[in-house]
Amino acid sequence: MGSNSLHVLKGINFNVKEGEMVSIMGSSGSGKSTLLNILGILDEADSGSYILDGVPIKNLTEKVAANYRNKFLGFIFQSFNLINYKTALDNVAMPLYYQGMKRKERIEKAEYYLEKVGLSPWSHHLPSELSGGQKQRVAIARALASDPKVLLADEPTGALDSKTSQEVMELIQGINDEGKTILMVTHEHDIAQMTKRIVHLKDGVIIDDAPVKQVRASIYV
Amino acid sequence: MFDIERWQEIFETLSKNKLQTFLTGLSVASGIFILVILLGFSTGIQNGVTAEFEQDATSKITVWTRRTTKEYKGLNPGRYIQLKNSDYNDIKNEYAELIEYESANYMLWNAQVNFENESKNYRVYGVLPDYQFIENSDLGSGRYVNETDIDNATKVAVIGNKVKLDLFKDQDPIGKGISIYGINFKVIGVYFDPGGEDEESQVFIPLTTAQKSFNGNNRLNNLSFTVKMPKKFKEGVAISQYVSQAIETNLKELHMVHPEDMSAIRIQNNLDEAEKIYSLVDAIKLIFWFVGIGTIIAGVVGVGNIMLIIVKERTKEIGIRKALGAQPMSIVGMILQESVFVTMFAGLFGLVLGLTLLEFVGPLIENDFIKYPQVDFNTALTTVFILVIAGAAAGFVPAYRAAKIKPIIALRDE
Repeated sequence: MGSNSLHVLKGINFNVKEGEMVSIMGSSGSGKSTLLNILGILDEADSGSYILDGVPIKNLTEKVAANYRNKFLGFIFQSFNLINYKTALDNVAMPLYYQGMKRKERIEKAEYYLEKVGLSPWSHHLPSELSGGQKQRVAIARALASDPKVLLADEPTGALDSKTSQEVMELIQGINDEGKTILMVTHEHDIAQMTKRIVHLKDGVIIDDAPVKQVRASIYV
Repeated sequence: MFDIERWQEIFETLSKNKLQTFLTGLSVASGIFILVILLGFSTGIQNGVTAEFEQDATSKITVWTRRTTKEYKGLNPGRYIQLKNSDYNDIKNEYAELIEYESANYMLWNAQVNFENESKNYRVYGVLPDYQFIENSDLGSGRYVNETDIDNATKVAVIGNKVKLDLFKDQDPIGKGISIYGINFKVIGVYFDPGGEDEESQVFIPLTTAQKSFNGNNRLNNLSFTVKMPKKFKEGVAISQYVSQAIETNLKELHMVHPEDMSAIRIQNNLDEAEKIYSLVDAIKLIFWFVGIGTIIAGVVGVGNIMLIIVKERTKEIGIRKALGAQPMSIVGMILQESVFVTMFAGLFGLVLGLTLLEFVGPLIENDFIKYPQVDFNTALTTVFILVIAGAAAGFVPAYRAAKIKPIIALRDE
């Protein structure tokens, strides 16, 4: 980290409607991860406004930011970011823990979401006992557990082989079909083609923003 | 605090850092252990010193005399100053309202005492009835010398328990006759003394009897008094100093002794001595606390250190938790609870170990100045309280750091 400030995003203006599935593409350094971090309230823009579900996200205290992240947003990361000493079930239940939900209730809910991603039999396994695709599915279940408005995915297939990628994409498409809004950062064209809209970033500005004809992942499987 | 999941997390993270946790725990435990032992021994020293002073009444003032060392008003040095009954009466009347118990004593240094065929030498004191309280003697059986004995100069004797064991063996000595230098006395009581065997190998007879029977006339060997103790120890010390000083001045005038002759009139003021020793004990206590707390601080710094390492190693995990909606306070709480737990557990372990050692080894210590080393419940509670505070203090810096972790930095892929 240098001490010099660097303007990564230089004027981004776009809207995402409920139920959309958008991929953000661009070469490294184009600002796509920064954009996703701002959308995820993990970072704040120096200027401009960000309105999430009618709520302006600006100058939040850490406490409120944590609250919004917990209620509105679900995160899926390239490197899964599961807590490695907790079982799949406990990982999924974690956002619910921070909502203050009772243990019994959150375990039930976590089991429901693990079932949804097809990992019920693995619920008591540690992340180290799961394959990459399984880990990502646990992460997806975790992102879904708090029933967020928006799912943010940072290279969700970046660490997976193509067959597993397609399985994960199929799952994400299914979630989108149920009405969840999804924003995804990726640099793989075939993955981007599986969303409904592609935003291209270059040097901190949007150079292209167009809907695409969605390719269903199920045709590959 | 009673959240099972939180506890599970604590055990999981600690077990991932077994060696550091163990070493840290060891330093805290040994800190508390040392503190407990030190405090136990400072109590032991206090008990020992108190017991030493309990041999006689704490506020005892003893007056005795020797030869003069300074020429004064034409009188040569080397003159022996003899205490008389009149000296005793003067002092007794002069300071009546400050004095609690008083006795004038005439002493036979090494008198042969016989019972039937048994014979042995003891110190024999001619005393007044108050002497029982000045010496802190405890009557095992019978009675002490009383006013009637003094008035009638009766030939009665109160013997120490050691004398009884020496001469009477298993027999009950009360009412039996003994002879002192061939003069017959009737045993009226047996006493015990906190001073032990030495103080119990003495025989007390009425002062008047002693002076009449053993050629004492009106001569005395020493005078002993105790002052009335006010509630405050310090005031007692002041009164006792005042009385000792006044008696010394009085007697020097009466016997024409040079005011600066330190040898002719001797006064021992127990309270003065006691105060010196007690302040020494207090100082020792203070030093022990100081050393003990220093040791704990070293342990606590260790805990802080390991918590910093743990926070560093868990940076990513904390970032994940924050991304999932963990409040900064919940992160702080997690780290604090962990560090309080480590200090508490290790500290209590050290406490129990220290208490156990004191419990079992304490009674084996045979030393006049250390008796029953122990730590009372309040002190133990204080150390536990210090521990919790220390644990929280040790955890605070790492917890604060953890709360400041930014999720984006933590989650950045290396």
